[in-house]
Amino acid sequence: MDFKLGEREELLRKSTREFAESEITPRIEAMEETGEFPLDLLKPMAKLGITGLIAPPEYEGVGLGYLARTIVLEELSRVCAAVPMGMQVHHMAIACLNDFGTEEQKKKYIPPLSRGETMGCVAVTEPSGGSDVLGMQATAELKGDKYILNGRKCWITNSHTSDYWIVIARTGEGPKGLSAFIVDKDAPGAKPGRKEHKFGLRGANTGEVVMDNCEIPKGNLLGQEGGGLGVALKTVSESGRTGMAAVALGILQACYEEAAKYASERVLYGKPIAALQAISFYVAEIYTQLDICRLLCYRASWMKDQNMRFDTESAIAKSYTCEAAAQCAKKAIEIHGANGIALEYKVQRLLRDAMVTISAGGTGEIGKVVVGRAALTPFMKKG
Amino acid sequence: MERVIVCVKPVPDPKVWDRLRMDPVTKTLIREGIPSVVNPLDKHALEAALEIKDTYGAEVVLLSMAPPDARPVLREALSMGADRAVLLSDKAFAGSDTLATALILAEAIRRIGPFDLICCGNYTLDGSTAQVPSQVAEFLGIPNIMHVAYMGLEQDKRLVITQKIEQGYVKIAAAPPLLLSFTKEANKPRFISFLEILAAEKREISTWTNADLNLDESLLGLGGSPTKMADMLLREKGRQGLRLEGSPEEIAHQLANKIGQLGFI
Repeated sequence: MDFKLGEREELLRKSTREFAESEITPRIEAMEETGEFPLDLLKPMAKLGITGLIAPPEYEGVGLGYLARTIVLEELSRVCAAVPMGMQVHHMAIACLNDFGTEEQKKKYIPPLSRGETMGCVAVTEPSGGSDVLGMQATAELKGDKYILNGRKCWITNSHTSDYWIVIARTGEGPKGLSAFIVDKDAPGAKPGRKEHKFGLRGANTGEVVMDNCEIPKGNLLGQEGGGLGVALKTVSESGRTGMAAVALGILQACYEEAAKYASERVLYGKPIAALQAISFYVAEIYTQLDICRLLCYRASWMKDQNMRFDTESAIAKSYTCEAAAQCAKKAIEIHGANGIALEYKVQRLLRDAMVTISAGGTGEIGKVVVGRAALTPFMKKG
Repeated sequence: MERVIVCVKPVPDPKVWDRLRMDPVTKTLIREGIPSVVNPLDKHALEAALEIKDTYGAEVVLLSMAPPDARPVLREALSMGADRAVLLSDKAFAGSDTLATALILAEAIRRIGPFDLICCGNYTLDGSTAQVPSQVAEFLGIPNIMHVAYMGLEQDKRLVITQKIEQGYVKIAAAPPLLLSFTKEANKPRFISFLEILAAEKREISTWTNADLNLDESLLGLGGSPTKMADMLLREKGRQGLRLEGSPEEIAHQLANKIGQLGFI
């Protein structure tokens, strides 16, 4: 067993950290105020390799794996979680196209996503909820050489910043009645709906995708008709959960740094508050959670890179890390005392951002359902 | 241009300087446990070399004298886009002052072969003597321009250099071969792209010892260095109080004068 990262991973971390500190930091204030994703970052991020990180080289990507992706997302999130939130969903669209697309679809859609000319997204959740995938109501009907889509997707990250949406819609009844489609935002009847005003991850664009008799070519079916559930579950479980976990991990790292720095600098009773055992215990708890979560996140991504089944591990990493990020952000705020709730201090943003990660990409409870199933299966009696 | 050699030095990461300690006996930095990074100004030198490579084509060779554990730092510099690296590592080099270091670097440069340019950072963050580039140029018998704030390459391969001086800037036209030492004004070093990280894994880092350079060992290392550290004193960091009296306007004037006298404005 080897827990040491290689030279490549360390360089990826360093390069991303330098980029994030230099290029993302100056944009945070505007993101917080406007709630807009900084689209001008797409080109520089593409130049670095972030947009095409997991896309294969034949589609103009870098061709790196999920451990590399986790490290990159973590480093971006350490500075500002909203940007990697957009990026991880962008990666989900690439993964989805690469896993289920035809050669023609891959050649057409992945290179512009890798080059950062546009963003991508995966639209599963509906007003009725995201966890109940089979309860979705959006429909797709084949008429001649076109599919006609009707329905509304909500809480879709990159809804307004993407040129293409991967949409799951109902083509029949039951689990085999769902199909995946590539929808061009300029297709007749397609339009982004309302934008959500969130209290966290302000700079990540979240909103509705509306299809009103939306016409798309028959060739935009992604995978087999009736295979939509598999597309949704694989994409959410693999790239979605590991991506969300990595975003939360970066928030946790920031919590630790902010808490330790403040505790070492803030003087009370003639010495830094870090000398108070109660405060040092708080920092120790954050540090321990960070260590646990980093191991969980890296293991899940590593398993994906080894082509191992890892749905349980990705669910553990996602649900545990997102919850830990919120708990640790709260502790970091408490270490800051009254300053912790002042907007000038970063810790309040960390709590707001961490709270959003809990329900995004599969709620904590859904994660526990997956883990509970894995934990109990060996002991359940058949029949 | 055919070849540009860039001198690169690993230095303690400035982000952890508050953890740096000096050995009271040897009067040297205790580097154990302190991560190393590419000397920040060397990145500007490398960026200048890479801009020449990108525009006109040239082989960019990194040269560094450092312990063997400096390889990750060279790998980082290779990932910016350099073609290969030479690491000079030998116990005989340990403790070299600027003169002995320059002698070693100059001999290594001769061994690398013909070059058009040598690019250095204006100084390194750990020693800050700024002596090595000029000494290397002197050993090689080529001109050295320090404090380079801008470098442009003309069609006839002449370089147009803007040199920063105390009173402003001087524009100089110069023809290779020459050695340039860069300031941070010269350019903005590029971010390391992920594709370059992968490409750099295939780029060679050669390690040379004095067996490759064949220099007289009496001129190397601590023994061969004319610079001797006489003593080292810690600067007191205590605060000095100053009481100003008068009307608010008078106090403001006194304060501004004092700040001016101390050289802050």
